[in-house]
Amino acid sequence: MSDVVEKTLSALPSLLSLDSQAGPGKLSSSSKLGNLIKGITELTSKHEEEKLIKKELASLKEQVASPNTTMRQMKEIMVRAIYCEMLGYQASFSYIHAIKLAQQGSVLEKRVGYLAVSLFLKETDEFLLLLVNTVLKDLQSTNLIEVCMALTVVSQMFPKDMIPAILPVVEEKLTHPKEIIRRKAVLALYKFYLIAPNQVQHIHSKFRKALCDKDPGVMTASLHIYLQLIKESPESYKDLTGSMVTILRQVVGGKLPLDFNYHSVPAPWLQIQLLRILAYLGKEDQGTSEVMYDVLEESLRRAEMNHNITYAILYECVKTIYTVHPKSQLLEKAAECIGNFVLSPKINLKYLGLKALTYVVQQDANLALPHQITIIECLDHSDVIIKRETLELLFRITNAQNVTVIVEKMLEFLRLTSDDYSTIDLVGKVAELAEKYAPDNVWFIQTMNSVFSLGGDVMQPDIPNNFLRLLAEGVDSVEDRQLRLFAVDSYVSLLQGETAKLPQRFLQVISWVLGEYSYLREEDSDPGSVMRLLARLLDQRHTSTETRSWVLGAMTKLCSSPVSVALARDVCERYSGSLNTVLRQRAQELMILSQDTKLRASVLPAEGRLESLEVDSSLSFLDGYVSEALAAGAAPYKSPHQRQEELVQEKALSLEPYGLSLPVSLSSCSITDRLTDRQSPTLLSMSSGLSGNSTELSHKEGSTALKLDGVKRVWGKDGYLAQQQSAGETPIPQVELPSPLLSPQSPPSQTQKPSSGPEPDQEKRQLASSLFVGLGSHNSVCLMGRAEPAPRHFRRKPRGESSSGASEGSSDSSHSSRSAAVDNLLLSNLLDTTTVASEGGAATTTLQQTSQRTLDHTTSNGSPHVEGTEQRVEAGGPLSLIRGNGMVAVVPPTHTRTDPQTQPDLHPAPALERPRDLPLTSHLPAELSGLARSELTTLCSDHDPSLALSACRVYKEDALVLLVFISNNTDSTLHQMALQLTCKELEISCISGSPLKEVKGHSVSVCLHTVVMKRASVQVELAGLLSYQRPLGQPQAAQFSLSLSLKHFLRPLTVSTGDYGKMWLSFSHDLKQNLRLVTTEHQEPLTATLDALKGKLHLHIVDVIGSEGIVACRLLQGQGQGQPCLLHCRVHADSLAVWLRSPVPELPDSLLYHCQKALTET
Amino acid sequence: MMHFLLLFSRQGKLRLQKWFTPVPEREKKKIVRDMTTMVLGRKPRSCNFLHWKDLKIVYKKYASLYFCCGLDAEENELLALEVLHRYVELLDKYFGNVCELDIIFNFEKAYFILDEFLLGGEVQETSKQVLSRSIEASDMLQETMEEYMSKPAF
Repeated sequence: MSDVVEKTLSALPSLLSLDSQAGPGKLSSSSKLGNLIKGITELTSKHEEEKLIKKELASLKEQVASPNTTMRQMKEIMVRAIYCEMLGYQASFSYIHAIKLAQQGSVLEKRVGYLAVSLFLKETDEFLLLLVNTVLKDLQSTNLIEVCMALTVVSQMFPKDMIPAILPVVEEKLTHPKEIIRRKAVLALYKFYLIAPNQVQHIHSKFRKALCDKDPGVMTASLHIYLQLIKESPESYKDLTGSMVTILRQVVGGKLPLDFNYHSVPAPWLQIQLLRILAYLGKEDQGTSEVMYDVLEESLRRAEMNHNITYAILYECVKTIYTVHPKSQLLEKAAECIGNFVLSPKINLKYLGLKALTYVVQQDANLALPHQITIIECLDHSDVIIKRETLELLFRITNAQNVTVIVEKMLEFLRLTSDDYSTIDLVGKVAELAEKYAPDNVWFIQTMNSVFSLGGDVMQPDIPNNFLRLLAEGVDSVEDRQLRLFAVDSYVSLLQGETAKLPQRFLQVISWVLGEYSYLREEDSDPGSVMRLLARLLDQRHTSTETRSWVLGAMTKLCSSPVSVALARDVCERYSGSLNTVLRQRAQELMILSQDTKLRASVLPAEGRLESLEVDSSLSFLDGYVSEALAAGAAPYKSPHQRQEELVQEKALSLEPYGLSLPVSLSSCSITDRLTDRQSPTLLSMSSGLSGNSTELSHKEGSTALKLDGVKRVWGKDGYLAQQQSAGETPIPQVELPSPLLSPQSPPSQTQKPSSGPEPDQEKRQLASSLFVGLGSHNSVCLMGRAEPAPRHFRRKPRGESSSGASEGSSDSSHSSRSAAVDNLLLSNLLDTTTVASEGGAATTTLQQTSQRTLDHTTSNGSPHVEGTEQRVEAGGPLSLIRGNGMVAVVPPTHTRTDPQTQPDLHPAPALERPRDLPLTSHLPAELSGLARSELTTLCSDHDPSLALSACRVYKEDALVLLVFISNNTDSTLHQMALQLTCKELEISCISGSPLKEVKGHSVSVCLHTVVMKRASVQVELAGLLSYQRPLGQPQAAQFSLSLSLKHFLRPLTVSTGDYGKMWLSFSHDLKQNLRLVTTEHQEPLTATLDALKGKLHLHIVDVIGSEGIVACRLLQGQGQGQPCLLHCRVHADSLAVWLRSPVPELPDSLLYHCQKALTET
Repeated sequence: MMHFLLLFSRQGKLRLQKWFTPVPEREKKKIVRDMTTMVLGRKPRSCNFLHWKDLKIVYKKYASLYFCCGLDAEENELLALEVLHRYVELLDKYFGNVCELDIIFNFEKAYFILDEFLLGGEVQETSKQVLSRSIEASDMLQETMEEYMSKPAF
């Protein structure tokens, strides 16, 4: 490709000397920019460059400020400013002028203005607000180029809050005759969807139209949106599978115009996008997957040319094939394809081949076998990236037999790398493997020592936490004691050496373990030795304050002998005067506890420290103390949030309008930080020991106790197992599938070598045999062996939810679930063999032993079938709550009065115009008949003519009541009736008690549900499923969907003007926007507009003073009265300036949208 | 999704930078610095992919210029290489046998071309013909406007 570019920088000086003659006006080196660039290239030092640019910037600044500068000159200045910024010099004075240029310049100046804006500013810049009107104007321009420019800038950056202002115009562009405009509009909406999904919820139907656009470019653009949507909820878009498959088939078949070809491959970008979408759609869904097998096969087949782009398609295709429900024939072809990658001499393809293997071995570890030699070669590749990817692959195929070799390779890599990010990642993986597969105590402790020294202070905090938990867990069996003793011995010898190089985290682990378990070795050594080592550590300069407090904690546990007590006293004297309060407190504790052996024995018993801790998270034991203090005149406790709000109120004047939520959220942030930070067992054990000392309770103590709230869930006797079980397991259905690629005749290890491969030397063969042991045909035999050496306590417990590191948490959990997948695979193999193997009896015993040892863990691992069903039942749980008891039998109507007079004007009684409604509405329960309600809507009438479903909303004060009328139009009775309503944004609960199982012929049943929102969104889709059975018939089901809008959940909020003022100040999320005024003949515009809003959205007008009006409403959200939202409206010129405030971030956005809609409809 | 696209010379001089996600100024400088040192420090016959934090870096050298982009982890690396290649093709078509100098002196044009090709970090249009047509369309306008503006006003 390098032939594309011939001239190089080396030609620059000669070209510049030619000056303006260089090229036909192409190089504008005679311009001012040219001069600048030329000037810079002639310089030799960074310092000179700096001086020159400073001068340039000063002159630019002067020019932009001058009133005589024309827009044309401004354009030129902007280009130079962009250049200076690119060199790394700030030209912030020009930002505002860039906006001005976009605003006022002619088309070509505007273009540069927009470019400068998009390069200078960020989405969060306040300057961007100044651009909104310009964009709006250009969007409505008749000049196509201007519209394009505006859409381009909008797709790059736009202030989130301002989206409602331009959304209608952008939407309109979806039907523009020019395809380029439609395409850009789709991409702009995609951008909106990414930054504010709830703003574009209501235009999903328009996305579908874009998908069906006759221009392939527009259709391709719409796939970006669909990829996101389908990724988030594949269930809702299963109906698109057919269309996606058809499109892909057409693309692959070369039906697109030729100019979409790229190196004679038809529209590769489109193909890959479609393959990704299909992967999401077909994942864990056999029915959907079957639709796409043919086209996937065709894609594989068609992509045969030897070019990067075909390999890109193949790679994506392989991934999709391995993601969707498996089909053996396809898997075989895909595996073959991976072989082409791995064996390719091109390094890029090799890399992708390794990646593909990493992906597929999660489903079938045997797929790695044919590529052993290549993998070994890659492991010693000169390119670290290839090495790293190979380790990733090995991580996936680790088992109890190859763990030592693989971990050694990983540690080797770790010792050489200096990149923090891969260190963190790899250290976590080593720790995981060590816990899972460690062959013996010595190896485990040594490996963990390497992990701690290499991972240092950058590793995830849950690695040391898990390690300590693992040490502490379990009964005091001989095995456990040996492990602990070995750890203690190893640490003592470490401390005797040089400690300066050991990371602080490691020292903390060491201190804790020594504090807890030194007593195990005490018989054969002098009692003060450990204490002395700790004291030495304490005094070393490189030891951090945090580590010191761990060390002091350990000493507190150890000071039993007279030698130790003397040593402890010495230490206390030095540290009780420390400036650090934590250290001072620890020293005090040490002092008191070392002097009082009885007290020490009761708070820090030598045995069973972590058995079970009852943590009183409500701090009820302090109640007496608190009431005493209150009686003595102390101020009651206020949460930091509350305090902050009061502070804001006090300073209301000065903080307005910049008050916002910043300080509040900051303070709450730091609290959560602290909450997640402290979960180390030491703090736990120490503070539990101290909790008896409640009289000394300082604020610090209180916060320690609070932190235990998080810990309790992990450690508490009852909560622990159940919770972790459900969190840790992910059923992998693929596991149960036949793996056709498992070649039974391929012998593993030494004897196996691919005949085509290069002749490997002895060393490599050995490495291969040690790496790939445990995979292959007789793996079940190996696995039997595997179950035994892995002792219980090396088994990693699934991580608790409370383990820290939110950002890393997600990736961690994915790892563990992946490894669980491998586990499942292996163990299910094990199960299969145990039933057929001749030594079946012996194997079962092993299994039983394992299951006894690992109790919770093995049951799920050992029987994936059972577990899978459990999972399904569990998933169905919340639904089945609704099912069954969600119905009320309603006796055919005798008399239910629906008085049209009592119904508010906003929902005019439909009864008279729609005679069909009358019989149904008469089924309304008496207690709801007086309330405002909506018209009846028919749900899925086309499904079954003999069954009619309709729904109606009743607006209750504290909830939205949704009624579903089920009318049976036949003579036969319907049995097994069950109605499920699901929507992730809503909280749905049924009102009525007695479940209805059947609907008699020609009668109507009503199901009542109360619905409130979980979080504010403009519009939500409610999915419903009614299952029933006719006599002698098959069970049937009718699906329907119902859309509910935010306004159905709004209720007036009656407050006084004074209360309104107080609430206004305390709400942190706000939004400002200008709205259209409603004009009528006989009303003031303000009152007319407010009345219109009140009528349409159930708002409460609190007060109207002059040209200002204040309005309040609440959203039914969660339990109780719901969430308030306040509106402040002021007439400003011809529009209504509305300022919304609410404690809920999403509410102002969504409400504003409805206000806008309500006013445009009026 | 693409997070950024950088063009820099063999000497590590930045020639073009496009950020598709909001990145603080300091972070930008760090990324540019890291990218140049990482990419320039690669040995010959290494692969064109790198890891940087949770991003995937794909780079390719064209004559004296390095094209380097940062992608989400789940993106297809090979495809990204072709995105870079398509951009070079577009530049080549526009400038006619493009060289580093064209990009240095006409970087705003290079940005305009990029804006037609990639939008918000996604490929906007892949058809070379459609792309050059839309780039030309706005350019034509530019020429005529320029002519118009340079006419003396009476």
